[in-house]
Amino acid sequence: MTTQAQPVAADQSLLYPSPLKEFWKAFARNKGAVAGLMFMIVVVFCALFAPWVAPFDPSEQFRDALLTPPSWAEGGQLQYLLGTDELGRDLLSRLIHGARLSLLIGLSSVVMSLIPGIFMGLIAGFFPRILGPSIMRLMDIMLALPSLLLAVAIVAILGAGLINTVIAIAVVSLPSYVRLTRAAVMGELNRDYVTAAKLAGASLPRLMFVTVLPNCLAPLIVQATLSFSSAILDAAALGFLGLGVQPPTPEWGTMLASARDYIERAWWVVSLPGLTILLSVLAINLMGDGLRDALDPKLKNAI
Amino acid sequence: MSLLEIKNLSVRFGDANAVPVVDGLDLTVERGEVLAIVGESGSGKSVTMMALMGLVDAPGIVRADALRFDGHDMLSLSKRQRRQVVGKDLAMIFQDPMTALNPSYTVGFQIEEVLRAHLGLSGRAARARALELLQKVEIPAAASRLDAYPHQLSGGMSQRVAIAMAIAAEPKLLIADEPTTALDVTIQAQIMELLLALQKDQDMGLILITHDLAVVAETAQRVCVMYAGQAVEVGHVPQLFDAPAHPYSEALLAAIPEHSEGAERLSTLPGIVPGRYDRPHGCLLSPRCPYVQENCRQHRPALDPKAQSLARCFYPRNQEVA
Repeated sequence: MTTQAQPVAADQSLLYPSPLKEFWKAFARNKGAVAGLMFMIVVVFCALFAPWVAPFDPSEQFRDALLTPPSWAEGGQLQYLLGTDELGRDLLSRLIHGARLSLLIGLSSVVMSLIPGIFMGLIAGFFPRILGPSIMRLMDIMLALPSLLLAVAIVAILGAGLINTVIAIAVVSLPSYVRLTRAAVMGELNRDYVTAAKLAGASLPRLMFVTVLPNCLAPLIVQATLSFSSAILDAAALGFLGLGVQPPTPEWGTMLASARDYIERAWWVVSLPGLTILLSVLAINLMGDGLRDALDPKLKNAI
Repeated sequence: MSLLEIKNLSVRFGDANAVPVVDGLDLTVERGEVLAIVGESGSGKSVTMMALMGLVDAPGIVRADALRFDGHDMLSLSKRQRRQVVGKDLAMIFQDPMTALNPSYTVGFQIEEVLRAHLGLSGRAARARALELLQKVEIPAAASRLDAYPHQLSGGMSQRVAIAMAIAAEPKLLIADEPTTALDVTIQAQIMELLLALQKDQDMGLILITHDLAVVAETAQRVCVMYAGQAVEVGHVPQLFDAPAHPYSEALLAAIPEHSEGAERLSTLPGIVPGRYDRPHGCLLSPRCPYVQENCRQHRPALDPKAQSLARCFYPRNQEVA
């Protein structure tokens, strides 16, 4: 052994930036992603504090103000900022309360498909001989069916309602998680650090969840955000078909459906919920793109 | 008793009739000894080590008459027992340092993990020991590197960290699978020096898998030359380098550029290692051997003692006794 180096005062250049900071720097470079994030923060804020943010109760009917146009349009009233619908309910309040439901559906369906998806993907990746192919073929079958049709079929079997909508959307988006996880796992399994962990005596669950899984998370996080938006879309579609959340609960898709009779007389009753769906989905997708740029090492520093 | 004893090891992929990737290999390593395994790519060097550690998964089939490490019969150990033995007393260093560390965790965490699992250290004690190990492998500013992630380190530093992890539990046998192939030349020398210093320091057995004959000449006490899954020559280092008995060893040594100084072209051995479908009936080297006889094409030679070493050849070279 050579003589030990003297303990040097920590060199400033050797203080590594925390991973979170590095991530934020990469994320902030994408302006669209930051804009999406801002919009989503507003939406989440509205959803969390809906009873305080919304000017009225979403179910309260103002019988003397049916189909009032938005405040800036001709005949609009300032107290109904975005106008009222066919039953005289304040549209802004309904949209704000609807954000609650849409986010809840998005979040719970993502969680409900992400967790079993990761689990099945890990198993498929770790047991490539019998268990893996059988899981993958099952996923192929699910992918072969059009997703919305599958969701409709599931809701038809389970019955309409909030929870069943969530289950239907979760089942439909399961295959993409399984495939993504399996692909990432197969890629990681060939790396030396996995062999090293095996060699150091890691048990199978430890290998799966501690050694390999953290390295597969980046694409999964991106997929989760993107499927969050498609969950909101699917929920709206199911609601529009009358299979999702039932009225009078304010939900963006259901609002669209009940307003379609007034599309010629009162454009705002249809356009505003539609616009809300469009904007939130767009914001989430922009955010997902930013996440992918920040998390995918291959695209890192490529700008 | 030897630290490691392998008798008649064979590894196949597929069914029992498949062509063996490792064929009838015998190997011993003593405590504190450096054994080098050389041979071209695909000659079964790495697979042998994987088999030794029980990491050959289905469809691989491992057979051996004996596979004994430090008194444990590795073939009869249960998975759980093997994890205890292999993780602690047997460690490995890999070829590519950039993939040998887990990208998701800091260097310190990964070293501490080994200490926690095998030495029962925890908390501050583990951290102090991890720091000590990093200093032992001569990483500059070791204290601040503990919190570095692998992507923040250079290749040479990553390899040092990998070495620190390997020696963390003070193994009795260290396997270095081409530890310097992925590094540049100056770093190579440093890493080899470090490995040998550690080996002497801790009196470990060291199996050095390499392509680099110069490294072998400088470091190893014994060398095993592998070709197409077989050990073709096993001997002590200066003797084997001075007077290789097997034509393949001779060709390997002749292929060192320094040996062809002044010649128009570097010396080569024509042909390639026989694959799965074109294994010769006789000696595996017979299609490429410059001294081949009819006998070589018909029969496969065994690993027999020759003048200086064990060699698998009917007509060994350099047999005149000095």
